[in-house]
Amino acid sequence: MTKRLIAAALVLAAAVPTFALAETPEEKGLRIAKEADVSDAGFADFTANGKMILRNKQGKESTREFKGWTLEVSDDGDKSMNMFTEPRDVKGTALLTWNHKQGDDDQWLYLPVLKRVKRISSSNKTGSYVGSEFSYEDLTSPEVEKYTYKWLREEPCPVKPELTCNVMERYPTDKESGYSKQIAWLEKETYRGYKVDYYDRKDTFLKTLTFHDYNKYADKHWRPGKMMMVNHQTGKSTDMLWTDYQFKTGLSDGDFKSTRLKNLR
Amino acid sequence: MTRPSIHRTTLAAGALAATLAGTAVESRAQDTEVSGWAAVEVRVFTEPSRHPGQDPQRIQPSFMFQPELRADFFDGAGRLTIIPYLRVDQTDRERSHLDLREAYVQYLGDSWDVLAGLGKVFWGVTESRHLVDIINQTDVVDDVDLEEKLGQPMINANMHTEYGSFGLFVLPGFREATSPGWDGRLRATLPVETHKAQYESSAKDHHVDFAARWAHNLGDFDIGLAHFWGTSREPRYGLGLDDLGRPVLIPFYDIIHQSSVDLQATLGAWLLKFEGISRWGHRGDNHFLAAVAGFEYTFFDLFETGTDVGLLLEYLYDGRNSLAPPTANDDDIFFGSRIALNNTQDTEFLVGAIIDRHNQATAARFEADHRIGDSWKIEVEGQFFMNVPVGDNLKNVTQDDHVQVRLFRYF
Repeated sequence: MTKRLIAAALVLAAAVPTFALAETPEEKGLRIAKEADVSDAGFADFTANGKMILRNKQGKESTREFKGWTLEVSDDGDKSMNMFTEPRDVKGTALLTWNHKQGDDDQWLYLPVLKRVKRISSSNKTGSYVGSEFSYEDLTSPEVEKYTYKWLREEPCPVKPELTCNVMERYPTDKESGYSKQIAWLEKETYRGYKVDYYDRKDTFLKTLTFHDYNKYADKHWRPGKMMMVNHQTGKSTDMLWTDYQFKTGLSDGDFKSTRLKNLR
Repeated sequence: MTRPSIHRTTLAAGALAATLAGTAVESRAQDTEVSGWAAVEVRVFTEPSRHPGQDPQRIQPSFMFQPELRADFFDGAGRLTIIPYLRVDQTDRERSHLDLREAYVQYLGDSWDVLAGLGKVFWGVTESRHLVDIINQTDVVDDVDLEEKLGQPMINANMHTEYGSFGLFVLPGFREATSPGWDGRLRATLPVETHKAQYESSAKDHHVDFAARWAHNLGDFDIGLAHFWGTSREPRYGLGLDDLGRPVLIPFYDIIHQSSVDLQATLGAWLLKFEGISRWGHRGDNHFLAAVAGFEYTFFDLFETGTDVGLLLEYLYDGRNSLAPPTANDDDIFFGSRIALNNTQDTEFLVGAIIDRHNQATAARFEADHRIGDSWKIEVEGQFFMNVPVGDNLKNVTQDDHVQVRLFRYF
């Protein structure tokens, strides 16, 4: 009896520090990423209007406008569609993405002039999305499995210093990623992202993304009104503005089929 | 000689769509949008014309206009779309035409939709030839790339299920292929007299055609199976006389059955593509097979410049005999490259050539697109024919090498 008690005490003694005291920075990073994922679960679907302002080194601007639809998929990555409304010559051009937790995403492009739906390669991770400073990789859904993590420290959040952020490094698991690492600032209570620093394959500081004007939708889903991406190597930047967020609009899997892209408006 | 530039069936279907929708729009319209574009086009031919009757002008300007009206009703589930298209060509009266590219009402259900009116549908995956794409007639006079299409009267219903999308098409009425007139370039020695067209069906161009299609995505594979029964979009040609007693080509449209398969495997940066058709019913060639197979490989973000460079290679086979509607793609190799700069102006280039494996007759082509500001776009295209021996189907157009510049203004 005594032996068994001692054995139990030893097991407990061994287990407790693992949870409370000896959590490694890697484990803490992964735990926070998982908690962030869970905190936004249950949004079902949302739609929003996007506007991109592309700025070159001289400050010359050009704009893109689009509508976005996103469907939550519980056992895999989310599905999303974007359809451009500006500039006019690409109006109606739409991109459907089935994000996957593992392996390449599936993507279809709809070309309205020809009425043609074209399955396209999603191995284009590093290329610019419609000439902006966002790459395709930056715009895929942030699945936990796409990175390994390392927690660094706590500090006041960028953009909103009155809040406290967890700062962590994350390393893309995809070998075709354009980044060696990212440093992300996540607010402690709500897991809102406030900043991401991107380092290129040569580990050189490449871009910074900051998040602004958060609002809470459907009780618990925080979404930014503005995202600003600055490329430190080229001096170019892109602002992404989001308006008209609507959650739980009743979208279903049947809406996210390649054969329905031509019906988007 | 005057004749209606829009087909009667087309007009009827358009009017039906407009009437059906009109009531709904008046009472329920929530969102009406007018957009579109206007463009000027200049074609510059590198050689003088050769066929009798052709305009000797080597510089041939054209004007195009395509307004687009879209209205939503029933909370966005109901749609009205009206897209007329007008071309006014200085050189060729047959190139000047008015069409309704689209004029339909549509209702979108949860995982189904129905459409009635003049619609436009594209099937297929390959780049050098669109074999399985059969619903819409080609607007040949509009562009030699054969990618411009006439609006097709249709009632179309689609179901989108976990076993793929099923589509049914009832196509009441047929649109003849357009063709250059006496003045125009890019034609055979004799022009085609389109309004003397003959048909196998006694219903002529009122024959009701049917089509069905199943399209599905299975992991890395996208597959489409389809069957079409109705008036062949491609005519055979015979000799005849026009109203003035001049010799002309008379198009003859057979009733055909065509089964088709299109398949694409998307494996990393590789796109592997196949299109095949089996066609029955042409008089003189009751059955033949045709196929296009090839790949597209893309180097994304080449040398971290942001530029994508795609390489394309396709083999084209067509087993039809010389009595069937003519084709230049009986046993050919296509190779090409697509270059996208991914800049703010969406600058893109496409170069390619289709080469006959037996006589090396070559049709080469380039396209370049570039947006200017927010609402202008310039498009430059070139088409060149080389090594064409006597007897080849391309021989008629070997002197029609040209460069074409289009300037679009979007609104």
